[in-house]
Amino acid sequence: MADPVLRIENLSKNFGGLRVTDEVTLDVMPGELHAVIGPNGAGKTTLINQVSGLLAPDAGRIAFAGEDITGLPVHTRAARGLARSFQITSILPRFSVLENVALAVQARHGSSFRFFGSAADEDELNSPALAALTQVGLADRADAAAADLSHGEKRALEIAIALAMEPKLLLLDEPMAGTGRDEADRLVAVLRSLKSRFPIMLVEHDMTAVFALADRISVMIYGRILTSGTPDEVRADPQVVAAYLGDEME
Amino acid sequence: MADVALSSSSAARRSLLAGNVLPILLFVAFALLPLFAAFSAEAYLLSLVTRVMIFAIAALSLDLLIGYGALISFGHAAFIGLGAYAVGILGAHEIHDALISLPAALAASALFAFATGIVCLRTKGVYFIMITLAFGQMVFFIATSLAPYGGDDGLTIRLRSTLAGFSVFASDRALYYVCFACLLGAYLLCRVLIASRFGRVYRGARENALRMGTIGFEVYRYQLIMYVIGGAIAGLAGFLLSNATDFVSPAYMAWQRSGDLLIMVILGGMGTLHGAIIGAAAFLLTEEWLSGLTEHWKVIFGPLLVLVAVFARGGLIGVGTRLRGMLRG
Repeated sequence: MADPVLRIENLSKNFGGLRVTDEVTLDVMPGELHAVIGPNGAGKTTLINQVSGLLAPDAGRIAFAGEDITGLPVHTRAARGLARSFQITSILPRFSVLENVALAVQARHGSSFRFFGSAADEDELNSPALAALTQVGLADRADAAAADLSHGEKRALEIAIALAMEPKLLLLDEPMAGTGRDEADRLVAVLRSLKSRFPIMLVEHDMTAVFALADRISVMIYGRILTSGTPDEVRADPQVVAAYLGDEME
Repeated sequence: MADVALSSSSAARRSLLAGNVLPILLFVAFALLPLFAAFSAEAYLLSLVTRVMIFAIAALSLDLLIGYGALISFGHAAFIGLGAYAVGILGAHEIHDALISLPAALAASALFAFATGIVCLRTKGVYFIMITLAFGQMVFFIATSLAPYGGDDGLTIRLRSTLAGFSVFASDRALYYVCFACLLGAYLLCRVLIASRFGRVYRGARENALRMGTIGFEVYRYQLIMYVIGGAIAGLAGFLLSNATDFVSPAYMAWQRSGDLLIMVILGGMGTLHGAIIGAAAFLLTEEWLSGLTEHWKVIFGPLLVLVAVFARGGLIGVGTRLRGMLRG
């Protein structure tokens, strides 16, 4: 069996007296889309924040591509190929759509300590950026200011930024958050095209999307992983049905 | 097809020109002023506009920090002071050549920016303002206590800087054009920096530092480098100021002077570079005009600034843009 791309072992985190991550163990295999679902406040985003490095865990270990990254800062993890999107859209509003993505390309290609030459005119940065935008269906909006995009387009831009980082793992935090049905369908199509090209850890509320996309699903409640398995196994698990899916899956 | 390509490239040329009309006009005006000045109060006009250009250099460097990086430095005058004192102190030891004093001025301000930037840039917002102010005041008080170099009273510079032994700064007109060249050079350098890969990361950090971190940039390093560059450019302004006034004083780095620089940048319009030049000119020329009218000119100047802050968001440049928009329809 291949080694996992991401391995989280016995990860724990407290906010004051509240245990938001409780002995979480979880892995993402090469080419796998592993979805983490759970009700609001289950600690899904907190988990992603610890994996991407925005939060330090109190205990446990995170290994990425075979190396321990538990103590590494955010930017180092990103430079090693850990790309994430945010539940609440996080883009550079006054930059153009293309520039948002070109910056991510720039982070991977050559030094950014270049003080001369116009970065906006560098084809070496712009063509890969445009390619990433094409993959998420935003190529025709490349010159718009990021702030002027619709909500669904901003969600797609987040994914394009992550793609342009040539990631070894995509951490997607509710990529469908706040989108309408049409936009969500379009994003699901995008994610499906990315699936198996990249290992993905997906945190998502949209159950239709999760069951359509995931190879494996972990259900998280009160900071703990309740169960893990294929979509069919999870759907059939009486514990899950009782605790969470019951009302949503009717 | 060929027509389309042609018209789009000429459109690009037009827009390139349109974006640059104001800066070009500004620099042409600065370049031609000495010719005009020859027919009137030459010495007065030259020294006034030399002063404008020197502060424009400092305001430019502050705009680099505030306008493009949201690093609101309230201690920027310290860099001017360090540049000026480098000339003054070396002069007191009979070293007058710019080949030594200019690198010394740049190095002193850059080093100070580096050492304080390491600390300041770990803070954000109001704390950044406070800590830059604190460091600025520290240098101010050190200067006032430098008894061998005039202390509170400052230090007269007996000889203007020479360049490799030639007294190129000696005449007011020569000094004017040296300042002009420095302003033009600083302006172009800033524009190139802003557009570069480095500048794009730096600007991105203002937009969304969290996002920049998660795509792999340690924004702190970029901000520190820009802080050092900004400090060094202000140090250049200090070098020129000491030569223009033949005098160095702790007052150059008082916190009020840092406040003046902030006003210049905000008055002209942040994040445009030439706005900082316009702001410096507007500030100093208004000050000059009002102080000629009455001793209590600050009573008029204060409310004027309030009016600009309230009604001219985006500074004087913003007003110009809006007026043009209104005229068009």
